[in-house]
Amino acid sequence: MNPLLKVKNLRQYFKISRNFTVKAVNGVSFEIFPGETYGLVGESGSGKTTIGRSIIRLYDPTGGEIIFNDKNISGNLDKKTNRMLRKNMQMIFQDPMSSLNPRKKIADIIGEGLDIYHSYKNLRERNEIIANILQKVGLSPAHAERYPHQFSGGQRQRVGIARALVMNPKLIIADECISALDVSIQAQVVNLMKDIQAETTCAYLFIAHDLSMVKYISDRIGVLHRGYLVETGLSKEIFSNPVHPYTKSLLSAVPIPNPAVEKQRKFLNYDSSNVDYEHCTMKKISETHFVLEN
Amino acid sequence: MEKNILSIENLDVTFRTNSGNIHAIRGIDLNLPRGKTVAIVGESGSGKSVTMKAVTGLLDDNSVINSGKIFYFQGGKKIDLLTLTKKELRKKINGQQISMVFQDPMTSLDPTMTIGAQITEGMFLHKKISKADAEKKAVELLKLVGINDAEKRMKNFPHQLSGGMRQRVVIAIALSCEPKVLICDEPTTALDVTIQAKILDLIKNIQEKMGLSVIYITHDLGVVAKVADFVNVMYAGKIIEVGTAEEIFYDPRHPYTWGLLSAMPDLETDDDRLYSIPGSPPNLLHEPVGDAFATRNKFAMKIDKKISPPMFRISETHFAATWLLHPDAPKVELPAELKKRIERR
Repeated sequence: MNPLLKVKNLRQYFKISRNFTVKAVNGVSFEIFPGETYGLVGESGSGKTTIGRSIIRLYDPTGGEIIFNDKNISGNLDKKTNRMLRKNMQMIFQDPMSSLNPRKKIADIIGEGLDIYHSYKNLRERNEIIANILQKVGLSPAHAERYPHQFSGGQRQRVGIARALVMNPKLIIADECISALDVSIQAQVVNLMKDIQAETTCAYLFIAHDLSMVKYISDRIGVLHRGYLVETGLSKEIFSNPVHPYTKSLLSAVPIPNPAVEKQRKFLNYDSSNVDYEHCTMKKISETHFVLEN
Repeated sequence: MEKNILSIENLDVTFRTNSGNIHAIRGIDLNLPRGKTVAIVGESGSGKSVTMKAVTGLLDDNSVINSGKIFYFQGGKKIDLLTLTKKELRKKINGQQISMVFQDPMTSLDPTMTIGAQITEGMFLHKKISKADAEKKAVELLKLVGINDAEKRMKNFPHQLSGGMRQRVVIAIALSCEPKVLICDEPTTALDVTIQAKILDLIKNIQEKMGLSVIYITHDLGVVAKVADFVNVMYAGKIIEVGTAEEIFYDPRHPYTWGLLSAMPDLETDDDRLYSIPGSPPNLLHEPVGDAFATRNKFAMKIDKKISPPMFRISETHFAATWLLHPDAPKVELPAELKKRIERR
């Protein structure tokens, strides 16, 4: 099967001044297949959000190739490719409070993409599409006439998901989409995303710093550190057999809701100041499991 | 000496807003034993921060304390913090006796002051201390919270430090006047898991060294498991279950606690579905009738919709407010999945 998204050696630098450049992403490669979920984890500043934003072309990548749907989307985009990209790749943002326009009704927030792409014949069809999508994300069609401030945080994130889904995208980039929500609501949203995936077979790039949630939703996981992909593999492999010391350290930091175990557990510190990732290469552990090593 | 250092009795707080009165705290009792760690768990809006703000006198002006007492035991004396004026609180209690670590280190530090000035500020207010001594002490504190080249860092501004370092500075400020009680309001929510682990270890070490009593406010049960001796579960302005950490994690009795525990992702199972509590927390603008959790509770009975349940005693330390514990109530088993989880340990 052809991968839906292929990221090859992606580099993203930000020039701050003449002598100073932030190298946010340094040669990251991974693939996402249709209908699967790829989780990207790492601490803040590791470049996970930057990767998501480069892929959806909010930034212009400094180097490397991004192949989406068999089209190269890393260079200048012609009009046709751009339309294809905008329609088939959508994003869910972190903060449901600030990512919805407070002056627009829910129907218009969700319908904006439909309007741009003329995806309906008449107003009745538009309303129908919106009502359907609201039902799919667990809201009622009557909510279409409301404004964002009339919803709770969990409901607003559902609107964000509906907005991404309405275009029938092939890939959804979910950037920390549950970290601003309460624990009991997080589970609701993650379950909803799984149900939607089962129904529509869209793929997710799930970006998060919470490893335990990532485990629930991802088929495969990539661990990022300082802009390098240090380990990637099936979700099971990463959790049962972490190889890279950074992954081990990350796993040891996830708190477990069990006092007897948690009070005894030691956090493994990983000091990376002497490690030069630039000269490391990916080593194969198994068919699907790779680790960055000297 | 008294067993508890801080004890809250029947606290009840309302906020006056343009859209009506919000009954944020609906009568809670809470005890902090000397030298122990107590955690308050709950979703946002359940009233955990408001409770602690009442203790430190930091409540907003539109709040009304309807009833309640907050006792602080100093030496042999018993002081009701709610009878003190704001000025007395600031002079005698806050910082010196009870001190607080806030959630977001970026907003709780002053961006225009150096780290050193911010740490010594409290010492000048509360103690007669010379500038040189204060600075010496500040350097010691910075070393205690694990900051390297402390002397240099004294002259740094907050923006020159990383998020984890900033939170360490906030802890150093909180400790500057040797308080007896440390209140941590979601101290690690804004931080990464790796840094969270380091900060939690740090607070624990300092607690042992200085003999502090600590209150943690958090929504992360993983953090609770790591730090807490006693756990209070809050929902809609009430404490609905209280017990030792072991009792809450291995023998929970309230359906909301069951829900919270089941909704935590477990690294050990291969399950790919998470349990979620249906619905969302109630809006306290409209005072809930009966048990506030009834609408989200699949075990709810008729009485839950009429009368709010009292605290039922399970053991010396373990109490829960649910009608399921009433002798006449039908027997309800723990949800199967949670039972399996607890047995696996």
